[in-house]
Amino acid sequence: MFQVRIHGRGGQGVVTAAEMLSIAAFEEGKHSQAIPSFGSERMGAPVVAYVRIDDDPIEINEPVLRPDLLIIQDPTLFHAVDVFSGLAEEGFLLINTTRGLDELHIDAALERLPARHVYTVAATELAMQHLGRPTPNTALLGALTALFEILQLDSVITAINDKFSGDIATGNIAVARAAHDAVHTA
Amino acid sequence: MLQQIEGSAAVAQAVAACRPQVIAAYPITPQTHIVEGLGDLVKRGLVEDCQFLNVESEFGAMSVCIGSSAAGARTYTATSSQGMLFMMEAVYNASGMGLPIVMTVGNRAIGPPINIWNDWSDSMAARDAAWIQLFVEDNQQAADVHVQAFRLAEAASLPVMVCMDGFILTHAYTRVDVPEQAAVDRFLPPLEPRQVLDPEAPITMGAMVGPEAFAEVRFLAHYKQLEALDLIPAHAAEFEAIFGRDSGGLLKSFEADGKDTVVVTMGSVVGTLKSVLADLRAQGESIGLLSIRSYRPFPREQLAAALAGAKRVIVFEKSLAVGMGGILAADVRMALADRSIRVHSVIGGLGGRPITRDNLRRMLDKGMRDELEEPHFHDLDVSVVQRELERLHEIQRPGPSAEAILLDIAGAPRAARSSK
Repeated sequence: MFQVRIHGRGGQGVVTAAEMLSIAAFEEGKHSQAIPSFGSERMGAPVVAYVRIDDDPIEINEPVLRPDLLIIQDPTLFHAVDVFSGLAEEGFLLINTTRGLDELHIDAALERLPARHVYTVAATELAMQHLGRPTPNTALLGALTALFEILQLDSVITAINDKFSGDIATGNIAVARAAHDAVHTA
Repeated sequence: MLQQIEGSAAVAQAVAACRPQVIAAYPITPQTHIVEGLGDLVKRGLVEDCQFLNVESEFGAMSVCIGSSAAGARTYTATSSQGMLFMMEAVYNASGMGLPIVMTVGNRAIGPPINIWNDWSDSMAARDAAWIQLFVEDNQQAADVHVQAFRLAEAASLPVMVCMDGFILTHAYTRVDVPEQAAVDRFLPPLEPRQVLDPEAPITMGAMVGPEAFAEVRFLAHYKQLEALDLIPAHAAEFEAIFGRDSGGLLKSFEADGKDTVVVTMGSVVGTLKSVLADLRAQGESIGLLSIRSYRPFPREQLAAALAGAKRVIVFEKSLAVGMGGILAADVRMALADRSIRVHSVIGGLGGRPITRDNLRRMLDKGMRDELEEPHFHDLDVSVVQRELERLHEIQRPGPSAEAILLDIAGAPRAARSSK
């Protein structure tokens, strides 16, 4: 089972990202589950959502406590929430940032992870450029498809078309494609 | 059709396939997406001959449902938490008048302290309202059981609540084979109401009944619910024959037969428990699980038969009778009254507290050794409670505990938790 935890802030499409990721996994013939962890629904408040992907039906309903992949939609959360809680030793980290990793002050966490397990993408900037909105979720999903064989970009595009229509869908697809091509290996 | 879909959307599509004629609803988290989804389907003309009524309150919603059901229309609504409380007088009216309304309860705690997350307080508040209450474990069951709920409501001429854990199920995206229209039409015939409000043939519904006959009318309500104990498995078998899925019944055993320890529960925690119990069995423990689908009527005989070989029962529930203990546990004990089986009452998951495999495992390790206190509050931080009790005893005007406990767990100094 592949477990993902997405950290972001209210208004960044964290829950929608988890839902789209589960739809994309379904498109690949996998079993998948997306569970939001709603708080009071406020713009800017920390939000967490969970995704599980497996070849077999998924029965457990607990939050993702030992993620294989952490997606960080807002790097300011590193110092507000214990985002690394339970991250697997062989886990992966995908961060929305324009900065270098040395500027994020998360060295202790980075040292624990194997080489080539930490990636960054300028997701908010790509979203502003192609969509005109600061919602980094589809960029991060597009980047994901460049990094993991578990998902293809076409599946994420199908998921975007499931959740959105018209210009918003077109813009988000452009964002996902751009992120797929732009993701950096740290 | 197989879809990766939000639980609420799956329920909306399943209800739409049941051809409801009147839907009246008022939004409240976490059931809102269900009625929003239905409102959208009705507005787009995808539900034939259906009226969707936006009402001013939950009391209005159930009152409209009573009127439309009395007039012979297939009727649906949904609610949660405080919404259930606000409609409660009408909830009793619906069952007292034998109206086959179907209502989804997106299970949520009741405040104060205000809390939007999952437990069973709302359904339990309506436990004695003479509605049938069916609890579901996952979103496939949620979709399927709604189809069976209309059939059951109309066959028994009783209202039915389908109880699904808020957020954990209502907001989860999972794979669901949403019941198709043609198959639903085979399973669910058009409504043939047992009583209709008709000016051409006047009747009195909800007549005043004095001491001379009230007991008999109430006995009949009880008797009708017990009759549903036969209808529920019959409908489940028929549903399985058409849809190919086992998603109904009174209760379901997951390797409970012949086990020393049997966990009894309802709802979405079943899936997590199945995973924990499989691990325990792999380590040689004799432990199984019973999931109760039909909470009202309560399958007393079926439960007792399923627990015939058990040495101990651990009842896990997301509900608390304050001043007493477990509610489901009390029902299980009554079903086992003539047996010498130890019954442990465990109360957990209140107000959305995560129920994890790790904390379930710790609880079960104690339970299998009969070391749980009675009742056992699952994952309770006793130190928080102790600090607050000390504060309450020491301060003349301590103010509200809810706020003080929030400040305490946020690490605020003691002085900040005292009233000025």
